Amino acid sequence: MKKKFKLIDLDCANCAAKMEEAVKKIDGVTDASVSFMTQKMMIEADDEIFDKVVDEAVKCIAKVEPDCKVVL
Amino acid sequence: MDRFTEKQKKELKEIGIAFVLFVILMIAEHMGLFPDTTGGMIAELLLYLVPYFIVGHDVVRKCLIGIKNRQLFDESFLMTLATIGAFGCREFGEAVAVMLFYQVGEFFQGYAVGKSRGSIADLMSMAPDFANREAEDGSIEVIDPDDIEVGDILVIKPGEKVPTDGIVIEGSGFVNTSALTGESLPRLVSEGEQVISGCINGETLLRIKAEKEFDDCTVSQILELVEEASSRKSVTENFITRFAHYYTPAVVIAAVILAFIPPLISGHFTAEFGKWVLRACTFLVISCPCALVISVPLAFFGGIGAASSKGVLVKGSNYLELLANLDTVVSDKTGTLTEGRFRVATVETAEGYDKDEIIRYAAAAEAGSTHPIAAAIIEACDDPIAQSKIKDVRNVAGKGITAKAGSDTITVGNRGFFDEEGINLPEIDAKVSGTNCYVAKNGKYIGTIIVADVPKKGAKEAISEMLKAGVRSVIMLTGDSEKVASAVAAELGITEYRAELLPQDKVSVVEDLLDGLRKEAGSGEKADKKRGRLAFIGDGINDAPVLSVADVGIAMGSLGSDAAIEAADVVIMDDDIGRMPAVMGIARKTLGISKQNIAFALLVKFACLVLGALGIANMWVAVFADVGVAVICILNSMRMLKR
Repeated sequence: MKKKFKLIDLDCANCAAKMEEAVKKIDGVTDASVSFMTQKMMIEADDEIFDKVVDEAVKCIAKVEPDCKVVL
Repeated sequence: MDRFTEKQKKELKEIGIAFVLFVILMIAEHMGLFPDTTGGMIAELLLYLVPYFIVGHDVVRKCLIGIKNRQLFDESFLMTLATIGAFGCREFGEAVAVMLFYQVGEFFQGYAVGKSRGSIADLMSMAPDFANREAEDGSIEVIDPDDIEVGDILVIKPGEKVPTDGIVIEGSGFVNTSALTGESLPRLVSEGEQVISGCINGETLLRIKAEKEFDDCTVSQILELVEEASSRKSVTENFITRFAHYYTPAVVIAAVILAFIPPLISGHFTAEFGKWVLRACTFLVISCPCALVISVPLAFFGGIGAASSKGVLVKGSNYLELLANLDTVVSDKTGTLTEGRFRVATVETAEGYDKDEIIRYAAAAEAGSTHPIAAAIIEACDDPIAQSKIKDVRNVAGKGITAKAGSDTITVGNRGFFDEEGINLPEIDAKVSGTNCYVAKNGKYIGTIIVADVPKKGAKEAISEMLKAGVRSVIMLTGDSEKVASAVAAELGITEYRAELLPQDKVSVVEDLLDGLRKEAGSGEKADKKRGRLAFIGDGINDAPVLSVADVGIAMGSLGSDAAIEAADVVIMDDDIGRMPAVMGIARKTLGISKQNIAFALLVKFACLVLGALGIANMWVAVFADVGVAVICILNSMRMLKR
């Protein structure tokens, strides 16, 4: 499954790169990208664990940039 | 819309207050209002801390959270550390100034990015905001495009956007497709024809029946593709992200070395330490990676936006990068380089007749025929003979036609037909290859109309421009005969072509060409990355397998065709091959800008590192350098959006 999420207050380009790296490392993620320009995150992962992966990704993002919120 | 967001307004206010306090404190300090005692110093520190926290509380907070989350080396951490260093060295003013300038820079940077994001969105402002749905009783309700259901009757008033793909059920008029195709000529739609979402209705009222929900319509698909495009990152983008990954820690380590080693070597550790710590803090400021990281994706985003304003969808930054350096362009012939339908290419005349006359007679005889050749001749005729004067039409399938136009008997057909009719044909040496249609009047040969699939307008120019722009070879593929292929190739200035290909042959031809490029580059992964790139241009419907084999698959004329948009990497919305050189130009400009940005950012950073180490550049020069570079890179990238 592939899904896109909007990110609010993603303020720095380097943070976006770091988030992408972190989200890609989550178990079960087959592909992920965080675009600073469109303020969107794309996650691709297996259907069964998708929700779990998304939870994990939200945590990763909060770690990298505390003020950035994911619109679920 | 407001000029600033709430968040930006708050930031501005904080910056303003902190700046005023900072100036007052600086004046006070210069007037010697703080006594040179421990108490006086503490008072000074506390006073300076007020503007520091007003402007920098967010940075410090993020830094603390970052430490908790083990996210060292992020900007907040570096800035906080650098300013604490400055406070530690009793450079209170400098510490506050650095934080202040940093926030000013961040603010300006955020504003500029937001602006450029907005202008790209404007470029793609084809999404409709509303739809007028007609209820069964004829009343009209304004609804959100998302609420459109298939089968709804929608009313589109003059000047409004078509909200979703549909069929016209009433009215006819011109619609402007420029937001989608870049084509400025309006397109005529009439009852029973399809209209595509995002077009702007001209001057008449149209009633359409929705064929798709908003999410599936052309505009939604296009917007989605463009948004997704920035997730397929270019090599340049990946390079700079990787670079930043190592750059920051390296500079931080250099800062630590700078703080301790020179004072140790000098032998006067305590006397020298403060000075070097300040220089190390300058390093910390310079080590912030954002200016670098922001410089590249912005250029690519702008490039994709600029291409889509020209009616070309590029589905990823990586493809834009490839388009800038194409080695080989392989193109399908029919429908891509040529019109894909018959047209009168030329007319050979017998003594005493002119071209218009011959076409006029032939069109009269063919008037009732639906054969593609007949259609081409009829289309070429500006001044047809009245239908009522034509009688006694005799059609011999596959051969020709005779008819009486007024008192004259007209015969149109191939050589076999003329032999049967007993009409003498001279040897004709046509310079243009195509299908010959001989025309006779009252049993006497008067001329030959040569009908062919003619090259598109601008195809020749497009090819020569591509070759001029550094493409090594343009190769034409076609299923047509050798003779037709060589004629079209010659006319278009193409030196290489492959004729009589079956659809599956096209894939193997492209694979062979790719193999050739690989061999040329030598073996190994590194060589493969550097090899010449191949693009295939096709109509997108029959060519899906070839599109996916090529490095860059370009589909043309696929407005409204989901399959083509799916299969291709680059989609030319109308069927104008002339857009190719323009898009390659955009691609090269994008790459150029991103390289300028990288070079400029690196140059300034390294210059600041050297000057900082020598003690010539102080911390707030470094801050200016850092955010200044970011802003200049943003402005440079904005050049992509100029039409």
